Amino acid sequence: MHSRALKSLILFVCLGVPTLALAVAPRIGPSPPATQAEVAALTQSIRDAQSSGDNAWVLVSAALVLMMTAPGLVLFYGGLVRRKNILGTMMQSFAMMGLITVLWAVVGYSLAFGAGNGFIGGFEHLFLRGVTLAPNPNYGGTIPEQSFMIYQLMFAIITPALITGAFAERVKFSSMSVFLCLWSLVVYCPMAHMIWGVGGILNFANTAARWPVFDFAGGTVVHITSGVSALVCALYLGKRAGYPQEDMQPHSMVLSFIGAGMLWVGWFGFNAGSALGAGPLATSAFVNTQFAAAAAAITWVITEWLQNGKPTALGAISGAVAGLATITQASGFVQPMSALAIGAIAGVVCCFMVFRVKKFFGYDDSLDAFGVHGVGGTMGALLTGLFACSAINAVFGKNAAGSPNPAGAIDGNWHQVINQAVGMGIGWALAIAGTLVLLFLVDKTMGLRISASEEAQGLDLSQHGEEGYVLN
Amino acid sequence: MLKIEAIIQPAKLDTVKEALIEAGIEGITVLEARGHGRQKGHTEFYRGREYTVDLLPKVKLEMVIADAVRDKVVAAILGAARTGHIGDGKIFISKVEEAIRIRNDERGEAAI
Repeated sequence: MHSRALKSLILFVCLGVPTLALAVAPRIGPSPPATQAEVAALTQSIRDAQSSGDNAWVLVSAALVLMMTAPGLVLFYGGLVRRKNILGTMMQSFAMMGLITVLWAVVGYSLAFGAGNGFIGGFEHLFLRGVTLAPNPNYGGTIPEQSFMIYQLMFAIITPALITGAFAERVKFSSMSVFLCLWSLVVYCPMAHMIWGVGGILNFANTAARWPVFDFAGGTVVHITSGVSALVCALYLGKRAGYPQEDMQPHSMVLSFIGAGMLWVGWFGFNAGSALGAGPLATSAFVNTQFAAAAAAITWVITEWLQNGKPTALGAISGAVAGLATITQASGFVQPMSALAIGAIAGVVCCFMVFRVKKFFGYDDSLDAFGVHGVGGTMGALLTGLFACSAINAVFGKNAAGSPNPAGAIDGNWHQVINQAVGMGIGWALAIAGTLVLLFLVDKTMGLRISASEEAQGLDLSQHGEEGYVLN
Repeated sequence: MLKIEAIIQPAKLDTVKEALIEAGIEGITVLEARGHGRQKGHTEFYRGREYTVDLLPKVKLEMVIADAVRDKVVAAILGAARTGHIGDGKIFISKVEEAIRIRNDERGEAAI
């Protein structure tokens, strides 16, 4: 009885199920062609799916880049100053999150990404007029333009915040705020427009551009402009009282360490987010970011280990930041092994700049904004021309045979190194000229430097009436 | 009554504290301090700059004791804090005029 039931079950499975399957299978034969409306609906849903993926990554990246300013940079710089200046130093960066945001909404975005001319955007997006939730084909065609706008804002915030490392512990809060707001309009917006803006003279997407520059995530736009301006600020303002005779060692390496860790993590948003989508290019930039940071941290530490006999914690985190600043420009253009090489070079060169060159010239770039960001950015600009590879990013399109046109020197396009040098030169020139003029204007009208007694008291008390650490 | 001030290596705080409890000391105040005696400082490197740090981290213990336990306390600190190297610290002993317990106004040795 039992075995008969089993047999009939097996029979049913072997015969019945396929029959049943045949019965429900669609009839074989010509199906009616999809209507145009159906094709359009399908196309739209595919577009929506890509948009939601890309938009998710760009929004997360925007948040990551904001995290680089606070708490990343805020802690990194805050730990490096003396304890009486921690709040003042933190406020200098944090103020940018407020001020530049408002400025960006009113006029900054328009000046950077409006049509305008080859050098600066126009006023058509004043008060974000016309910046909607629809994609702008010029700026990441799959994401709402407001996503692009808010993502770019985070770059506009961190760039002036980086400069504050040069005039740490001795600048008036009011004058610094005015100076950096003006700087954002006079230096940052034009530079961003020239390289990334529609019709920009250095924008490789602009076929009329004479010197197409590869700047994936802002090596020139962010790091050269901020680093070089930092050097000008350090020279204009002069040294801190007591520098270099007095000891001014970092008051909390622990804070700096946490901040540097956040910078590294945030940099994935900075570089990989600059793909403006969640595709393979974002992966490439992500991988390159990690590789360069790691290589630079190692080479900086080894360099100083050989020089001073100890591998310092500050060396490790400074090296990582130098590697990150240097790979920024190249992140979406180069092979992973090139990123390792770029990072390795960055660690050694930036270490040398900070250890030797600064001492030789005697300027007080207090937190090494120039030595790390200016030098890293400059090197990154040139190394991108050397290592840019069309297999990673077919920047110049494809030829008639369907293979990508050469991108950098590694592909045989040596001319790209010259293009990169032109972009770098314009970045340096604009940063030096703009910063000098603005420093002069603000100094003559408001005064830049705090008084000697305020400096002795510290920024926290003299500028903000607060203390970072109290005893109670 | 005597006041004992002992400046010791931070790493020795736990052993000294235990030795003092064993010696019957009930009240003790511990301060983080920086200073130097004959011991020279050390050098630190921050981004290639050499800093000479001559004020080294120390721990300072303060306690007020009855005259009778003076030798016992000194022996306890010496035994627990000594490594034999330069930088082990010092002990200072001074007379105390009065001790007052704030809670109930007790005076003298009863207050310590």
